[in-house]
This record gives sequence, structure tokens and C-alpha cells, in this order.
Amino acid sequence: MLTRSRYTLLAAPLALIACSNTTEAPKSASAAAPAEKPAKFNKDPYPSTYKPYPGMATAIRNVTIFDGEGGRIDNGVVFFAGDKIQSIGGPDTPIPADIAVFDGAGKYVTPGIIDIHSHLGDYPTPSVAAHDDGNEATAPTTPEVWAEHSVWPQDPGFSRALANGGVTSLQVLPGSANLMGGRSVVLKNVYARTVQGMKFPGAPYGLKMACGENPKRVYGAKGRMPSTRMGNLAVNRQTWIKAQEYKKKRDSGKDFTRDIGMETLAGVLDGDIKIQNHCYRADEMAIVLDMAKEFGYKVSTFHHAVEAYKIGDLLKENEVCSAVWADWWGFKMEAYDAIPENAGILQNAGACVIIHSDDENQIQRLNQEAAKALANGRRMGFQISDATAISWLTYNPAKALGIDKMTGSLKPGKMADLVLWNGNPLSVYSRPDKVWVDGALLFDASDAKRRPVSDFELGQPGEGDVK
Amino acid sequence: MKHLLLAAAALASLTAPAVAETIAITGGKLVVGDGSAPMDGGTVIVRDGTIVAAGKGVAVPAGARTIDATGKWVTPGVFAGFSRLGLSEVDAVNGTNDKGGGRSGFSAAIDVAPAIDPFRSPIAVNRSAGVTRAVVAPEGGDRIFAGQGAIADLGADTDPVTRARAFQFVEFGEAGAEASGGSRSGNHLHFRAMLREAQDHAAGADAFDDDLLKKEDARVLQAVLRGEQRLLIHVEGANDILRLLELKREFPAIKMVFVGASEGWRVASQLAQAGVPVIASALNDLPATFEMLGATQSNIGRMKDAGVKVAIGMINDRDSHQLRYTTQYAGNLVSLQRVPRASGLTWDEAFAAISSAPAEILGLGDRLGSLKAGRAGDVVVWDGDPLELTSAPTHVLIDGIEQPLGNRQDRLRDRYRTPQEGALPKAYEH
Repeated sequence: MLTRSRYTLLAAPLALIACSNTTEAPKSASAAAPAEKPAKFNKDPYPSTYKPYPGMATAIRNVTIFDGEGGRIDNGVVFFAGDKIQSIGGPDTPIPADIAVFDGAGKYVTPGIIDIHSHLGDYPTPSVAAHDDGNEATAPTTPEVWAEHSVWPQDPGFSRALANGGVTSLQVLPGSANLMGGRSVVLKNVYARTVQGMKFPGAPYGLKMACGENPKRVYGAKGRMPSTRMGNLAVNRQTWIKAQEYKKKRDSGKDFTRDIGMETLAGVLDGDIKIQNHCYRADEMAIVLDMAKEFGYKVSTFHHAVEAYKIGDLLKENEVCSAVWADWWGFKMEAYDAIPENAGILQNAGACVIIHSDDENQIQRLNQEAAKALANGRRMGFQISDATAISWLTYNPAKALGIDKMTGSLKPGKMADLVLWNGNPLSVYSRPDKVWVDGALLFDASDAKRRPVSDFELGQPGEGDVK
Repeated sequence: MKHLLLAAAALASLTAPAVAETIAITGGKLVVGDGSAPMDGGTVIVRDGTIVAAGKGVAVPAGARTIDATGKWVTPGVFAGFSRLGLSEVDAVNGTNDKGGGRSGFSAAIDVAPAIDPFRSPIAVNRSAGVTRAVVAPEGGDRIFAGQGAIADLGADTDPVTRARAFQFVEFGEAGAEASGGSRSGNHLHFRAMLREAQDHAAGADAFDDDLLKKEDARVLQAVLRGEQRLLIHVEGANDILRLLELKREFPAIKMVFVGASEGWRVASQLAQAGVPVIASALNDLPATFEMLGATQSNIGRMKDAGVKVAIGMINDRDSHQLRYTTQYAGNLVSLQRVPRASGLTWDEAFAAISSAPAEILGLGDRLGSLKAGRAGDVVVWDGDPLELTSAPTHVLIDGIEQPLGNRQDRLRDRYRTPQEGALPKAYEH
């Protein structure tokens, strides 16, 4: 029962519970009023209410630091206070008196791990049909849906990702049944009563797109377009043409009717919303890149990208990241050519590499997935440092999400999102010892009270267990 | 040209495996696989496919081919405690997927042996990761008895089956209930009624009523009833495990083995008392279903501490393709020893859980799973700690025959080492 990749596998069941009238555009508040000016509407109607939890000024010294941007400091010091990294450096880095100081001998510090591809909350555990909230599989394009409106903040998976994986931020995506699946949301990995309480403040939205087998299978089975890869492209291109027309209307200054799906696509054309594109095959990624040029948008990241290693040059040239697994393969035809050297070849080609999970289990071991990918790259003879492999889980996903100014590496002024590991995080024998989110200690292996228990787990077998 | 020769060599080894020879593996850190500590400078002697000696101070026979393992680790091959290996090439391409019994109408009589295909790429991929044997089970479909599983080897030859019809596989818990009309009470009734039909069939054809079983199914189930064929039971929840232990008292001759057992720790003392061994999922720690509310990575460690015989197996967890995760899973259980309040395994116990323990649980401990005299010559030489993520095999022996370590993924890797086009298209690089 470990594997539940409903959104990845061909044999995957899909949520078919339709929302009513999701495509009917609501009228904006000002639309009824006679006005020459463009309709004003709130671009952020479900704003983040996340606030950092209280922390205390803390320093870790005598520790090996991977800074997340490829740097490594042996016998280093990191000092954070007031939810921000204050300083980082060698053994002589000054530490204020009267603050908590941890001796990190034998331990390692990294930035908090970032999973760019998760469905936690949208496909929470227990994985019962009532929780299947990840695919609005009722139309081939649903840019109008927002993943955050499906997130169950009590998903027990958030705590496992924190405690076992050191995950401090994650992007929750809608599933890949649709060509345009809807908006993603970036979350801080903290429990909150509301999803707004988890939303990463200031993170741009993403639009989940999917090419390949999933959309053509889901809609082909319903006897409607698309049922082929050429159908996929045709529906996409027609939709982008509509989006361009909508954007023109919106920018004309004249009154217009709001369309929440088109608002998302126009946001992509504006450059405000990042494209997160599920795509496996090299040839399809190339076509998607041309489609992006045709309509004037940019692909941030190809997710899954199992054949990215075949076109590392093209991906580098187009400045597109590849978010890949270490070694998944063979579960469907478009994953047949997956190889465990994918990340290594991409890195060697100078392209942007990210290791992602798409899985509530492997999100707990992204450090180990990076280690496997690193080992396979090195076995080919490529010189890749441990510190570079850590950037696949920290700075690179932060860049691809547009949050790299705030998190993803240990630089003064950035959020104090960091993990203290009890050994080299690229070893199978290492685990998070402590995890801080914005300077607040939210996991401590040696303190049972610093281990979140979701509402669902209260009163259940194993409540508060070490897990 | 070099590639051509390599490819030819790989093909040759598939069609005409090298004859067994006497091989001495010397100088390595030797892991017997029985839970004992590794020893430095050990020697393993394999002759005619079988281990004749392993340990320190073992003399190398004259004429033996020597593999110098100095600075390396030498272990029994990894024994995947549960899998669907060789039954699927691409899971979602139906024509290549023989994991279930399909619409054959049969249940217990299904036999995976002829469907295990040694030419499928997951065999070579997992062999190159050090997996040499695997428990291969059919998937349950709409019937609780999925059929008879086999013990397979991953050798590059034409005969992948070590022991056909080694066990019967049955679904209990949520999956069993689903296959029985949607309830656990139906599941238990099906189990009893099917066994009764099998008994009736044994008593004579006149008494047999084929309500639930075809004659062929009934005939096969008699081996389970007599305890001649082990019964591997997929069960996850604590209550389902307890109810199965009651069933065991009702059918004392049946040799039960539990598979999955995510909540085994909650009833560990009862499991130990009943002497039922467990092939457990190693890392399940989410309430994926309501029968797994208590799932924890400490499950195996706690069962082990309570005296349960435990091996690591992967059920419904990429079990046709990713048996190479077995060593990683074992390594994770070692790491738990350093987590306060968690229960892990020592390194020695963890390796035994992926070598001798599955062999013993399947009743083949005297033939497979450890580096002891008389066992099959399944030996792996690793370039480092076999449970560590960076390590890989340098030599794999199965039944004393050195195996090719290449696979289709390597060919793709070599073709795309440099992603740019060359003078000719990539299709000419082979």
C-alpha cells in the first residue's frame, strides 16, 4: 500500500466528483456598474495569513554546512534570530552571548528541504475516495481551479515530511488528468487550522499543465478531445489563443466579464504565474517549449522529465528546470526510458536539476533520492559535489517556484528555514535531528512535544508515535 | 565496436550461461547474512554452483578463479522478500502485465511460474543492483486466493524459477473484503467455504460442489490445507491479524506467513506466541488506509524485539520494478537506531532481514539466503557498505555463475552521456 500514485500511473483512479458550475464565471463586484475604467478585482482573494511561530535566537557551531547554493563550510557556524538567518561562516563567525548554542559536531546543516511537486493535502491519507481532491477531471482544461481550495490542512503526511524529510516548504499541485490542471499553491510545512495559515507569503502562483498520456487517456476514454498527443496540443493552442484575447480585452481599459480560468492564463502571459509542466518525453518537452514561444510565456519546470537527459542542451538553452525522480521507471510507456543517471547527465550538461517526490512516502526521503542520483552521476565519472546535490532540493526548487529571494539557501536576511541532520544528509543512516521553519523549532527528534499530531491522528492508534 | 562486443557478450550469456566453476572471493569484508557481524578478510569458495566454505582462514583451492575483494564487501545476494518481479515489463501496458490472474476464472490454481520472464528488463536492472532471488506472488484480483507464487532467481539464463508453486497467496483485510463482496465477514466466509470445497473435493468428486472454486482450484488448495504449501496472507491491520491467528487455531495444519502487517507491532506478542513469521513492509508510516492507522517505521524493529521472525518485503510498492529499493529500506531501519524512542534494526539484523530471513520464512533457509556451506552460490561483491546509497555491486554470482551487470538503462545512459547531437544522429550510437 506504500505506493499511491493516482496522478502518475495510467491505471490510476481519478476523482470524478464534479464541482458544480466551476466554469461559469462569476461577475466581478464592479461589473454591473457603468464604468469606462477596467474592472477592478482582488488578485489575492484568499491571502496568506501565515505568521512565523515564535523562535529564539539560536546558533549552531562546529557543524558542516551545505548552504544550498553549492557552498560547503566545514566546522562552520550559522546564527539565526527573529526568523531570519543573521550570519553564516567559518569557526570565527561571531555569536552573540546569551543565546542558545548547539554543538553540531558530527552533524550537518542544510536549508529546509523544498519539494516542488507534492499532492499532500489534495490527496491526503487516509487515501479514501472522500479525500480524492487532486484532479478536477471533468474537462481537459480547468485553469479555473485552485489547488489550495482542496488542501486538507490536517493531512498526516505534512508531519512525516517534516520529521523524516526535513521538508519546510512544498508546492501542492493539482493532478495531471488535465492539460491545464489549475493553480498550484506553495505552502510552509506547518500545521494550521486553515490553508491560508500555511500559505507561503509572497510566493507566486503556478499553473499545472500536463502533456502526454494522462490527458489523452482520461478524455479519450470519455469519447472527447483530446484522445491523442496531437489533440493535446490542439486543445492547448486553442485555449492559449482565447487567453491572449482575454488578456487583450482585460488590458484595453474597457469593461469586461471576469473569467477565473482566463485570469490564470492571462497571469501566465503577464509573467506573474509560473508554468509547472508535467511532461515525460524529450520530444514532447521540445514541442511544449515551442508552444510557449508561440504564445509568449515561459516554462519554469518540467516535472517528472524522465527523458530530460536526452535534451540537456535544449533545457539549458531555454533555462528550464527539470524536476525528476532518482530512479522511477517502467510504470507506464512514457516512463520506459527513465534512467537513474538522469539528474547527473543534466547537471553535467549545465541544466537546472531538481529532485521531486510526487509521493507522500518519498517526500520523507528526498535527501536519499538526491544521494542515489548523485551516486549514479559520479559513477559515470561526473564530478558533482555533495553541496551541489543539496542544491537540487533547496535553492533550485526555490528558484523554480520564485521564492529564492526568501528561502532555499542559508544567506543572511533569508528565512531561517533549516535542518540539523544527525549525519551527512546524503547517507542512508542520517535523519533530521531538528527542523526550524522561520526560526521556530517545529521538530526535535529528542522532544516528543516537538512532533506534530494532526487532528485526524488524535485518539487513533499510534497517536504521537515516533512514526 | 566495444559496445557491439559487450552486447554480444550479454546476449551470449542469456542463451548459453557459463558453466559453473570454482571461484574464490578473497580479502573482502564478509557478511554471512545470518545476523552475525561482518568479518574482515573473509573468503568465500563457490564450487559447481554451491558455496563450499565461507569465513576467515579458508584456503583457496588449487585452480580456483580468484576474485580479489580487498576493500570491498562480500554478501549473500539480496533476497527480495516479496515482489511481482518478471511479471510485468511496463505496468500500464496490459499486454506486458501478467501480475494478476486476469479474467481466467481461476483463483488458487493460478501459477505464476510460466509468466516469470527472464528476458524482461526489470530482471537485469535489479540483478545489477545485487538482487539475486525474489519471492514472486500473483496479484489478487476479484478473488481472495490469488494463486501460487514462486521463488525466482535473477540469473541471465532461460530458467528463472528456483521453486515453482512455493506458496499460495491470499488477500485479507480491506483488499480481501473487497474481493469478497465488500466486507470482512464475507472474506472470512469465503476463506472457510473455499477450504471446505477443497476438502470436499479431496473426499471425492461426488461431494464436490463448485460454488466458489473450479475443480482445479480445489485440487491445489489441498496442499495448503495439508500444510505442504505455505499460505502467504496479505494483512495490514491489528484486528485482522488477531482474527487470522484465531483462524490458524481452527486450521492448525496451515502454515501461515503474514505479508505487509503494517500494524504488526500492535499485536507483536501474539504474533510471536503463535509463531507466525512476517514479511513486512519496512517504511509504511502513514495512515494510508484505516487498517494502517498505526503504521510506523518502528514496526519491524518492535516485532523483532518481541521475538517475531521478520523479513523485509515490498507489497504493492513498485514491486515489479524497484526491488533495488530493498537495501535502502534495510538501511533506513538501521538509521532508526539513532532516533530517540524509535525501534530499528542493527546493521547485522537488517542485512539478515533481506537475505537469510526471507529464505527461512519460505522454508528454504538451508538452500538459500546466506553464505554457508551447502547454500546456492548467490554472492555479491559491493564497492562499499551494501545498505548505503552510494554503493553498487562489482560482481554478482547466482548459483555460482558470474552474471553480466549491464542492462537497457545502461545503454540509454551511454548513448546520452553527452546530450548534444554528434556527426550522426543518436540512433547510430550503439
